[in-house]
Amino acid sequence: MSIFAANEIAIRFGGIRAVDAVSFEVNQGEVFSIIGPNGAGKTTIFNLISRIYQPSAGRLFFQDHDITDVPAYRIAGLGIARTFQNIELFANATLLQNLLIGRHCHSTVGVLSQLVFLPAVRREELKHREKAEEVIAFLGLERYRDTLIANLPYGVRKVVELGRALCIEPKLLLLDEPSSGLNVEETEGMGFWIEDIKKDLGITVIMVEHDMNLVRMVSDRVMALNYGKVIALGTPDEVQNHPEVVRAYIGGEA
Amino acid sequence: MEGAARLLQLVVNGAAAGCIYGLIALGFVLIYKATEMVNFAQGDIMMLGGFVAFSLIAHFGLNYWVGAFLAIMIIAAFGFALDAVILRRVIGQPQFAVVMLTLGLGFIFRAYAGITWGYDSVGFETPFTNKTINLGGLVLGQDNVSIIVGTVLLCGVLYVFFSRTRLGIAMQASSQNQLAAYYMGIPVRTVFSLIWAISAGVAAVAGILLSPVSMIDVNMGFLGIKAFAAAVLGGFGSIPGALIGGVLIGIVEQLAGYFLPAGFQEVTSNVVLLATLILRPQGLFAEGLGKRV
Amino acid sequence: MRYLFKTDYRQDMKLWRHRGDLFWYGLLVVVLLLIPRMLGEFYIGELGGVFIFAIAGVGLMLLAGYTGLISLGNAAFLGIGAYTNSVLLARGVPFLITLPVSGLFTAVFGAAIGLPTLRMSGLYLAIATLSFGSIVGTVFQKWDAVTGGFDGFAVPTPYIFGVPIEGANGIYYLSLAVLIFVLWLSANILRTPLGRAMVAIRDSEVSAQSMGIHLARYKTFAFAISAGMTGLAGALFAHYVRFLAPDAFDVLLSVQFVTIVFVGGLGSLHGAVLGAIFVRLLPQAIAIMRDELPFGIGRMPGLEPSLFGLVLVFVILFEPGGMYGRWIKVKHWFQAYPLKRRTAFRRQKSYARSERLR
Repeated sequence: MSIFAANEIAIRFGGIRAVDAVSFEVNQGEVFSIIGPNGAGKTTIFNLISRIYQPSAGRLFFQDHDITDVPAYRIAGLGIARTFQNIELFANATLLQNLLIGRHCHSTVGVLSQLVFLPAVRREELKHREKAEEVIAFLGLERYRDTLIANLPYGVRKVVELGRALCIEPKLLLLDEPSSGLNVEETEGMGFWIEDIKKDLGITVIMVEHDMNLVRMVSDRVMALNYGKVIALGTPDEVQNHPEVVRAYIGGEA
Repeated sequence: MEGAARLLQLVVNGAAAGCIYGLIALGFVLIYKATEMVNFAQGDIMMLGGFVAFSLIAHFGLNYWVGAFLAIMIIAAFGFALDAVILRRVIGQPQFAVVMLTLGLGFIFRAYAGITWGYDSVGFETPFTNKTINLGGLVLGQDNVSIIVGTVLLCGVLYVFFSRTRLGIAMQASSQNQLAAYYMGIPVRTVFSLIWAISAGVAAVAGILLSPVSMIDVNMGFLGIKAFAAAVLGGFGSIPGALIGGVLIGIVEQLAGYFLPAGFQEVTSNVVLLATLILRPQGLFAEGLGKRV
Repeated sequence: MRYLFKTDYRQDMKLWRHRGDLFWYGLLVVVLLLIPRMLGEFYIGELGGVFIFAIAGVGLMLLAGYTGLISLGNAAFLGIGAYTNSVLLARGVPFLITLPVSGLFTAVFGAAIGLPTLRMSGLYLAIATLSFGSIVGTVFQKWDAVTGGFDGFAVPTPYIFGVPIEGANGIYYLSLAVLIFVLWLSANILRTPLGRAMVAIRDSEVSAQSMGIHLARYKTFAFAISAGMTGLAGALFAHYVRFLAPDAFDVLLSVQFVTIVFVGGLGSLHGAVLGAIFVRLLPQAIAIMRDELPFGIGRMPGLEPSLFGLVLVFVILFEPGGMYGRWIKVKHWFQAYPLKRRTAFRRQKSYARSERLR
């Protein structure tokens, strides 16, 4: 059952077609990976889905609703969460505060209630705190709870990115290069978490990745992009052995 | 033809004032393009330039051209030192901090000028004071014309410098991509200090050119706020934009003073500034940049 | 050295971290309430001024320190609050109404300023607010039918339930009450999604949006609350100076507010109060020491702004955490003694983060 569909989406930056008539569907509960050389348009697709960019053509569907014109700040409320390639955490806040900001889309109290800190606000704060603690427990981040992000090592920050996205309680999770900058053990750990997210939390994952081991380990289906166009779509084995994909990564015969 | 002549007079006056705004704005833009710092003390550096020239020419009796040249060199060296000693230390701090730092420096410069030269206005003899030039029936003050001509010459020199000399190209490279410039062997920090030096020198030129038109005094630097409007109108990353913005604002100000009721002239630059920021924030000649996440 | 054991989520939500904090804050409030019995009228007057500037400081701290929106035009909000309060009082409206109305009216102005500036960041915002402040200052001067222009505006005495609030003591207690109120509001903001959204906007607008934060709404709110608090300070300021002149609300006053926020310590409420103490007491200290300073420096006009400038420069270069930052370091030194480490607060080398690509 399709939870997300992109239909011929395209975007141009000046003369460059960063994404060119890309169509794909993602099924509920699967891990769908997007691979391709640098500059192929993978992160641009994520930016289109989370509505930071406006596509110049095509439409996006989430749970059968057309979300092409939804503004960026409503995406979290719909149930789509994303992480960023270059870690866009809130550097001057603690880990816990970062996760609590992730709960923002579930906040129901109004401005005036918050100004005077009514008991309803207090109750909601406790609820958000409990949910954030669940995510902390899931990812094993207890010891860093009150540390400023600026003082955390890179590998931990990647995990916090993931945690913050999980706090949104998303139905669809967009992971942008989750293993970049991580060593072999950390990448394996990331792979286990992605599997747990899929199996235990039932979240659909779309992942942009370069590390083919990780892709093979967790993905159900893979899509390969080159120069903004789709060049292959199928199971990891099918795509990896596809001649176009090989040519894009390694180069073809003269 | 009376009306047209009057209008032309206003335009020339406005263009002259605008050239000063443009020169100060040029200083802003040079530093901003390179280091993303905005030097809120640019107007005060112009003031120091004017005072130093005054000391050299009126006090020590040097020839105008020699005195002017020396003053420019002194202020340029001062700009270099400012960057090397103080501004270099705040790299990495948020932009707000740099804004406040330069504001604070501006206060200090004003106080220093007050102690050294007093709080009265001063002036000195220039080859253009109180002389006029007759252009096809139109009588223009030579001081205004000297400002325009001086600005054009200076810009010509800067253009040739940035596009043809090795140092100029190194400066462009450092502005665009610090890391790559380092890799190419460019001593980026020294280059930035040199950019500050050029910027300060340009401000000194503005101060010297301005002196026949309006006397030099401690609060001269408040022109800097109008120069902001110029830089924003031109688009903060654009060098020709800064000048064109300045000239436009100068002209609009003069016309506003003539056509609109009293009191509106002083808010003209602010209104233009706000309008630009709201309607076309990238200015007239924008550099379009966006973050890739 | 105290180690904080946390056993309940509620501990993180409280306004004080532990019983010790509560004791010290309580003691402070008691001392402040008793001071008017101990010190003379001049000092009480000065402290009243400190409280008023602290209120404005808190307003700017929320805007600049917590939301990252630089404003060089907050003096305009002080003026709007001052004139609104005074004009309404002169028309016979009771003080208990004019005070909140001044705050709310200024807040609306703040929101109005917030709206066109939504897409501006850092530098451009600073310039825009600078311009705005300038324009409002000119309006105060020119609109003399309402504001009295350069002739000034005599501020009527406020009455609360028939009791006149005048003299140094009256202003002192009134300002203290409003300061405590404003601090309470701010502390509430900071422990709710509202405050976290503001911090998110400061640190990364893109990911704030992806978390569901409506940038326009929260930026406008930040401006509104900042303006509102500054407006309240303005209403009190009117009674402090008793006679309003339009050129009091100029860019130099805005710079004083920014100095409060910077010198106090960007990003902390304590910083706003500490900064206000510093900014208000520096001129007094200069006045007292004027004759003792060598080389006749004390008699120099322009000494005050240059000292402000010097302090700004030193704070930014050497102690960007401001007074509160320094206080934290000192406290930590005492608490950790003799186990303190030299690198406990070492500044990490940071690289210029481009604000062009936000």
